[in-house]
Amino acid sequence: MAHKAGMEVSMAVSEVVALTDTDVVAAYPITPQTHIVEHLAELVANGELDAEFIPVESEHSAMSACLGSAAAGARTFTATAGQGLELMHEVLYVASSMRLPIVMTVANRALSAPLSVWGDHSDVMAVRDTGWIQIFTENGQEVIDNVICAFRIAEDRRVLLPVMVHLDGFNLSHMIEPLLFPEHGEVKDFLPPNNYPLPLDPRRPVAMGDFGPPVIYTEAKWAQEVNLQKSYDVILEVWQKFADKFGRKYNPVETYHGDARTLLYITGSFSETAMTAVDSMRKAGQDIGLVRLRLWRPFPFKEFRKAVKDAELLITVDRAISFGGPPPIASEIKAAIYNEPKKPKVVSFVGGLGGRDIHVDGFETIVQRGIEIARKGSQNEYEIFGVRE
Amino acid sequence: MVKKKENELTWKDLEIGCIVTEPGSAMAYRTGDWRSQRPTYDFNKCIKCGLCAIYCPEGCIKPNAEGHFEADLYYCKGCGICARECPTRVITMVEEEE
Repeated sequence: MAHKAGMEVSMAVSEVVALTDTDVVAAYPITPQTHIVEHLAELVANGELDAEFIPVESEHSAMSACLGSAAAGARTFTATAGQGLELMHEVLYVASSMRLPIVMTVANRALSAPLSVWGDHSDVMAVRDTGWIQIFTENGQEVIDNVICAFRIAEDRRVLLPVMVHLDGFNLSHMIEPLLFPEHGEVKDFLPPNNYPLPLDPRRPVAMGDFGPPVIYTEAKWAQEVNLQKSYDVILEVWQKFADKFGRKYNPVETYHGDARTLLYITGSFSETAMTAVDSMRKAGQDIGLVRLRLWRPFPFKEFRKAVKDAELLITVDRAISFGGPPPIASEIKAAIYNEPKKPKVVSFVGGLGGRDIHVDGFETIVQRGIEIARKGSQNEYEIFGVRE
Repeated sequence: MVKKKENELTWKDLEIGCIVTEPGSAMAYRTGDWRSQRPTYDFNKCIKCGLCAIYCPEGCIKPNAEGHFEADLYYCKGCGICARECPTRVITMVEEEE
């Protein structure tokens, strides 16, 4: 039976990684991910987790060590944040292209300059196209549940892809929450042993990450894309099996009063505040609900279209700027519904940058302003929330 | 895997992650196609020292039947390092014209 404990979410991540009997952890500590790595090092040092802990000298090396470890068939975990994710950037593509089932938690952090250790989604958006499966979480329970699911998704023979589980830096990584921890045996039942089909093995030599001249590169990339698209069904299957066993069900698109005429969109932990704002606005008689992506890659096109098709207005809030372009998630949402016969009008905001909170009244202000823009129109692609003029 | 020529392979034929399961298959890759200059030899001057083979970055120079060192044009990329290093000036690089 699961047991309940109050714990900081970062440490809880390390505890569930230990429950999965991870073989190798290669990681470099960086705020706000530090406690995940520190606690894993502690678990290994104390003999509570029988894993190889590789204290590398940079994130580029962390991901490179993870490549080798996963290629050898070892269950492999790492974690990073912000600048660290940027430093491992080029290696992220190699992990997905070589189909290596690495699991990584990212404690989402703003990017320099000015230097900010605080949370937003600039780091996530910069790694959008790296070919990793990417899952957003909103509270501690979702983080630890999805870390367990991530291993099963990544290592499934039909998938064999690396998975990122995103948790907001500080707002999630440093929260102490009451959490339900499964028992070791339950996780063992849920998560079959990693059995990578073509591991590095001197008795059966293989070459990975080889040279791909023009005659083969397009085929290699299309195979990778089809594979990522097809992982969608396995992700749903794993979430269903997790629900069957542990009673908590995750969906690619999550809604709260999803049948409302006006929908607010926000990603990650801020959605819990947004829900409180939705409650208060509904109490005041407004027909408002909330929609958010749990699954960022592969993008859940069908489910998202279905979730918003009956709304009249969709107000999006991105926690990242795409300099000189549209807010990144708003841009994808608009593209996903553009050809639909029935779709809401979209009004976009950017806010919550570099650790700036959006409180309940902030979401209420965003919604009222969004409704006003939808009525009167605007010359701007988007508005920034909370900037001092 | 079905044996097909590489320009006949479809995306479905590839191993996961484009992993190569045949050891030493890079031997089949004709790096000689990259060449814009080829080495030519005046073996009368060759003292069989093998310096050209040591310096060759492609590792494609071996002694021929007479013991003179000569590049395998299947792999030789025409870099000209052998010609530069040869102490007796056996090797002259000439333009590939065909």
